[in-house]
Amino acid sequence: MTRKTVEYQISRTPELGLDFRPTQGLMAPADLPVADFESENMLINIGPQHPATHGVLRLVLELDGETVVSCVPHIGYLHSSFEKLGEYRDWNQVVPLTDRMDYLAPLIYNCAYVMAVEKMMGVEVTERCKVVRVICMELDRIFSHLLWLGTWAIDVGAFTPFLYAFQEREKVYKLHESFTGARITTSATRVGGMMSDIPEGWEHGVRDFADGVMKTLDEIEYLLHTNGIHLGRTQGVGVISAEEAINCGLSGPNLRASGVPYDVRKDRPYYDYETYDFEVPIGEHGDCFDRYLVRFEEMRQSVRILHQAVDRLPDGPINVDDPRVALPSKTDTMNDMAAMIHHFKLVMEGVKAPVGESYFPVEGSKGELGMYVVSDGGSKPVRWRIRPPSFVNLSAIPQLVTGGLLADVIMVNASLDIVLGEIDR
Amino acid sequence: MTEEKTEDGPGLKGEIALPEEEDVLAPVVPGGLDQAHPSVPALRERFPDAFLRHEVTGGDEHVVFVAPDRTFEILQWLKEDADHFYNFLSDVTAVDYGGGRPLQLVYQLYSIPHRRALRLKAELPLSELEADSVVPLWQAANWLEREVWDMFGIRFRNHPDPRRILMPEHYAEGHPLRKDFPLRGRFSRAEQTRRALSQEVEDYYVPSELGPGREPQLVRWRELSGAPKATAKPDVDPTPEDGGGS
Repeated sequence: MTRKTVEYQISRTPELGLDFRPTQGLMAPADLPVADFESENMLINIGPQHPATHGVLRLVLELDGETVVSCVPHIGYLHSSFEKLGEYRDWNQVVPLTDRMDYLAPLIYNCAYVMAVEKMMGVEVTERCKVVRVICMELDRIFSHLLWLGTWAIDVGAFTPFLYAFQEREKVYKLHESFTGARITTSATRVGGMMSDIPEGWEHGVRDFADGVMKTLDEIEYLLHTNGIHLGRTQGVGVISAEEAINCGLSGPNLRASGVPYDVRKDRPYYDYETYDFEVPIGEHGDCFDRYLVRFEEMRQSVRILHQAVDRLPDGPINVDDPRVALPSKTDTMNDMAAMIHHFKLVMEGVKAPVGESYFPVEGSKGELGMYVVSDGGSKPVRWRIRPPSFVNLSAIPQLVTGGLLADVIMVNASLDIVLGEIDR
Repeated sequence: MTEEKTEDGPGLKGEIALPEEEDVLAPVVPGGLDQAHPSVPALRERFPDAFLRHEVTGGDEHVVFVAPDRTFEILQWLKEDADHFYNFLSDVTAVDYGGGRPLQLVYQLYSIPHRRALRLKAELPLSELEADSVVPLWQAANWLEREVWDMFGIRFRNHPDPRRILMPEHYAEGHPLRKDFPLRGRFSRAEQTRRALSQEVEDYYVPSELGPGREPQLVRWRELSGAPKATAKPDVDPTPEDGGGS
């Protein structure tokens, strides 16, 4: 065995500060045997059953010491073949499949799907419906970000924000329940409108929630923003530049954290988003901490939109008056033969869409959520495709974690805000 | 055609003003609509032989059909030319209309600086399901193309990692989103269960999947630790792509 002189360095952290500069030369140089082993990388497997992968994600990591040399993600454990199932259902029956993909923001998926179908059919929904859908989408953006915030805090080692965030989420669950009857699988939209009008006083509940969540966000900010452990574990971790982020197809908060001001609500506005007064937060460094800041600020901007939307909520019908998609009233159905036949055909055969296709992107909670629907003139889709934001965001994870430490993989994964139901579909 | 859209332009909705009398739902559109989207006449001029046709769907969405063997070249030009600069690849997917008709390979492009979207399609005959991979242009295409291969069976030339992504690696029933694929799969329920149970779990922890030329280290550990040597996989079709019992 060869021998080699090694000079030790001992790092010491001053008790209270967070100064990680090592103090040197505490031990004399030692004469130690050097093992002439062949260096060998270690493989470790995280998941698919692991709490920090936020679902059934499996990561195979090759490690050199603690440094990640390569990372291979494996997905598909939750594959439910939603796109294939959709081809066997009529246009309205697809709606329940959409909220089962991203169960953290079900209403955004409900809305995005019917918006694509309506665009393809040339159906213009009513003003009230537009505002209700904006409220639904912004509510669920906060809903989804709150879950991300809670689990993010747990990953960083802080438990309290999780409880605070879930207390607020419970209020959104209650709002979901009073509107749709379900807490998670809302299925609230129909082609041409919503399943029903919002219940009496629901908008006041939304406003109460919006007020309450601002206070909670302030409390969580007080706990996390200047927390030394939080800063140390997230700043400068998982950095991606603006060009790389665009090239990797990142979207939503992950892209904006790298400094690219691309927000579908601003760049390709739908439902009069250009008339709402809100800002798009932009990060600077493209690291985990910036992704955290961007999402945090987005919740406050969504609260602003919620207040404006509740203020402008117009009266009037929620469903469009278009015989192609709207059921005739119950009175007409029972008294008029033509209306009864129409009702029967709409229920039994489903809405018929003309030949055509449409790709409709909305700003989902995870990024650009695109719904691509293709019709051949029948009552079932030829193709229903979801552009899954989490799927594309997750595909950048090998690039983000390679060269970093094993412990940082957990933070990078948490900062991407993935939901496996939508990745595997 | 060369008019530059500024950053504070009205966005996609305002840019493409269709004439009122036009039936927006009809997919066939006369060439006069070219002016509504600056990239369409530019493509027609630049690639006269590869430009097949132009459609407008959904009111304001422009679709350009191109020759399947020229997609890479056209996408590269669309990405790199300063007047077009489609730097964001939203989506890569495919559409199967069934009945032996060609598969459509669909690229959803978006230009963040110009705020402009374009859909590019290539029709691939069923006998020749191959296209050039665009991973050299956009890293985002990596998993999206793997999904198209997995679900539709379209091969991508020069793809860095051409494995299945959502279905298991040993899946032998074909490509699920094709119209000739039955909803519950090609094999019987009993056969599907038998195959699932006969797979050795440790197979999935063999890290040869980390890339070509890598040492399968976990297998060596098994040998060192005295564990029984991994035997050949029982009853698993080594060529998962050939559709099984079609």
